[in-house]
Amino acid sequence: MSIALELADVAKSFVMHLQGGVRLSVVSGVTFSVRPGECIVLSGPSGAGKSSVLKMIFGSYRCERGRILVAQRESYVDVARATPRQILALRRRTIGYVSQFLRAVPRVSAIDVVAEPLVLAGATREAAAKRAAEMLRRLNVPAPLWGLPPATFSGGEQQRVNIARGFLPDLPILLLDEPTASLDPENCAVVTGLVAEKKKRGSAIVAIVHDPQVRDRIADVVIDVTQFAAAA
Amino acid sequence: MNAPIYNFAYLDEQTKRMIRRAILKAVAIPGYQVPFASREMPMPYGWGTGGVQVTAAVLGPDDVLKVIDQGADDTTNAVSIRKFFVKTAGVRTTTRTADATVIQTRHRIPETTLAEHQIIVFQVPIPEPLRYLEPRETETRRMHALADYGLMHVKLYEDIARHGHIATTYAYPVKVDGRYVMDPSPTPKFDNPKMSDCPALQLFGAGREKRIYAIPPWTRVVSLDFEDHPFERYRLDETCALCGATDSFLDEVVTDDRGGRMFVCSDTDYCEGRLADGAAA
Amino acid sequence: MSADHDEEPLLVAEGLTRWYGRNLGCRDVTFALHEGEVMAVVGESGSGKSTLLQLLSMQIEATAGRVHYRMRDGVTRDLAMLGEAERRFLARTDWGYVHQDPTLGLRMTVSGGANVGERLMAVGWRHYGRIRATASDWLDRVEIDVARMDEAPLTYSGGMRQRLQIARNLVSAPRLVFMDEPTGGLDVSVQARLLDLLRGLVADLRLSAVVVTHDLAVARLLSHRIMVMRGGEVIETGLTDQVLDDPREAYTQLLVASILPP
Repeated sequence: MSIALELADVAKSFVMHLQGGVRLSVVSGVTFSVRPGECIVLSGPSGAGKSSVLKMIFGSYRCERGRILVAQRESYVDVARATPRQILALRRRTIGYVSQFLRAVPRVSAIDVVAEPLVLAGATREAAAKRAAEMLRRLNVPAPLWGLPPATFSGGEQQRVNIARGFLPDLPILLLDEPTASLDPENCAVVTGLVAEKKKRGSAIVAIVHDPQVRDRIADVVIDVTQFAAAA
Repeated sequence: MNAPIYNFAYLDEQTKRMIRRAILKAVAIPGYQVPFASREMPMPYGWGTGGVQVTAAVLGPDDVLKVIDQGADDTTNAVSIRKFFVKTAGVRTTTRTADATVIQTRHRIPETTLAEHQIIVFQVPIPEPLRYLEPRETETRRMHALADYGLMHVKLYEDIARHGHIATTYAYPVKVDGRYVMDPSPTPKFDNPKMSDCPALQLFGAGREKRIYAIPPWTRVVSLDFEDHPFERYRLDETCALCGATDSFLDEVVTDDRGGRMFVCSDTDYCEGRLADGAAA
Repeated sequence: MSADHDEEPLLVAEGLTRWYGRNLGCRDVTFALHEGEVMAVVGESGSGKSTLLQLLSMQIEATAGRVHYRMRDGVTRDLAMLGEAERRFLARTDWGYVHQDPTLGLRMTVSGGANVGERLMAVGWRHYGRIRATASDWLDRVEIDVARMDEAPLTYSGGMRQRLQIARNLVSAPRLVFMDEPTGGLDVSVQARLLDLLRGLVADLRLSAVVVTHDLAVARLLSHRIMVMRGGEVIETGLTDQVLDDPREAYTQLLVASILPP
C-alpha cells in the first residue's frame, strides 16, 4: 500500500458537561497522509491539538467527524468508525504509541513492561525478554534496573523504558509524543537512530517533537497543526 | 385395665403398606434415599426406630428373627428389640445367623455369608453421606440427582492430607450400582466388601431422618477411594482370644486396670459357632 | 493467534433486562465479548452492575433478553435453554466466579489444597498425588505459600483468601471469569498485588472476563473495554482508555472527575 495512514477532514471537540455543557473545539479539518518509511512531525504551540491528533489515530480519543484510514493488508480500516475489537487488534498489530510519560503499573519489572507488547502479540516470555534486554541495553538502561518496577526510576529512565516498549515490536505505524523530552544528548541520538531504523524498515511515523535539532533529523514533512485550529 | 392389643408387628397395615412402597422404590433405585412417613415408635429416636419400622413392614408370621447390636445378640438394645417383636409379632427368634430369615442389625454385618432368602435390616442414624460436608438438604439432594460427588472425594482427600491415609474407619461411603453414593450406616469399613454382590436383600432404615434405602441382591457396591490410595479392609492384626479366628472383626475388651486386654470376635454367633465346631484359641 | 475479526464472540448479551417487581435491576444491556477480552462494568451502588453479573452467570433469571455462550465444542447456546446439570457443569469447568467476599466462594473449613482440588475431583480426577501436585502448583501461582496448603482458609488473611478463590476457579482452565469487586475490602497494598496477579493470569491464560467494580483504577488496569452503568441503564460503553480519557456522557465525566488524584 502506498499510503500507510490517512486523515481526512478530522475534527475533535470536547463537551464539558460539568462546566455547563461548554463546547471546546480542538481541531477541525485535519487532513494529511503518511507513506511507509516517512516521518511526519506535528508542530505548533501547546494546546494546539497535537496530542489530540495522535490520540485520535490511536483510538484513545473519539473523533466526531472525518476519517482516519489505517492500511491493513489489502484494505483500509477507519479508526473513527472501528469497533472496540478492531481497534484492539490494530493496536496489537499495526499501530504503536509512545506516550509522553510512562504509565507505570505497580509491580511489573522494567523488562516485563518492555516485553509485554510482544507477549500479547504471541511471543514466548523468554524470547520477548531477550529482545527487551537488547533494547534496554541500547537505550543505556543499566542491567541492574531491569528487574525493578520503573515507578521509582528517574524521569529520563522511565521514558527510555517507555521508548523501548514502544519501539520493540515491528509495527507499520508508530506514534511518538515527545520521545526525547527528558533525554540527554547521548540518548537523544540513540532515539533518533531508532527512528531512522524504523523508517528504513518501512514504518510510517507521526511524531510530536519540540527540539528543533531532533525534528530536523527525523522529519520528512513538518505539519503545523495551528492550520487546523477549529473555527471559534 | 385392659392390655392394649397390637396389630401384628405393632404397625397398622396401612403404615406397613406405606413403608413397603418406600422399600420397593428403594430397591428399584439402589442406594437412593427414599423419604417415608416415619411413625412414632415406642422407643426414642436414636434407638433404632428406622430399622424397627422396616423390620415390622417385612416381617411375616413364619419368619425367624435375629437382632444384633455391634455384632452381639445379648446387648441391651438387641434384647429389647427382640423382645418387642416377640411381644407384637410372636415370631420365632434365633441367635444363629444361618437360621434367621430376617436380621436386624446395628453397626455390623455378620461374618457368616448371607443367603438369598435372607433380609438384613440396618439401623441408620444419618443417611446422608454428604451431610457433614454440606449441611443444606437442598444442595445434597441436587448433588445426588446430578451425580455431583466431587465433595465426597474432598473429604477423602482431607483425610489423606491430614493423616497420610484415608482415616474414615466406619460409615465409609460407597457407590452403589455405579450411580448413587451411599452411607452404609456406621458399620466398620471391614464390612464394606460384604455388601457387594451379596445374595441377601439389604435394607436401611433411618427413623429420625425419615429415609429408607436399599441394596438389591447381587448389586455391585464399591468403596470410594483414590487410585494411589486404594480402599483397605482394615483389621487388627490379632486373633480371637476365644475361638482363634483370624478373619473376623474383633472387639477389644479391657480385662483389668493394669492395661490388660484381649481381642474377641465382635460377631458372637460366629465365635460360638466356631467353638462349637471344635475351634480353639 | 487466530484471525481476530472472524472469530465468533464468546459471550453475547441481547437486550438483557431484569425487574424486581417495579424496581429496575438493569435494562436493555447488549454487548458481545470475545476470547481474551476483559470488560469492566463500572458504576456506583444501585447502578445495576451486580444484577448484570448475576444475570450473565445464570444466578438469576432475566425478565427479558437473552444470553448466548459459545461452548467448548464450538456450539453457541442460549443459556436459558440449558438444563440444570449442564449449567452446573459449565459453572464448574468453563467458567469462574470470583466473589467480593472470598468466604462465599470457598469452603472455609476444608484445606486450601482441597479447595483448589475440588473442581478436579468433581470432573473425575482420582489420583491423590496428581490432584495434590496440581493444587500446589496453582497455590504457588497465586503466591500462596505451599507449606500452608493443608490449612483451612479460616486461618488465611483476606488477601490470601481472595487469591485462593482465584486459584480454585482457575484450576479447571475456564475460558470466562466473572469477578465481583475482586479487590473490594482489601488493603491498598494487597489490592495492588492482587490486581497485578489478575492482570498476569488473564494475559497468560488468555481469559475473557467481566469485572464489576466501582473503582475506575481497577478498570483501567484490568480491562480492555468498559461499560458505565447508572440506575440500571448503560450510560456509555467502549474502549477503556477511550471512555476514561475522552468521556462523552455527563455521568461518565462526573465519575472520571471524581477520582482523587494520587
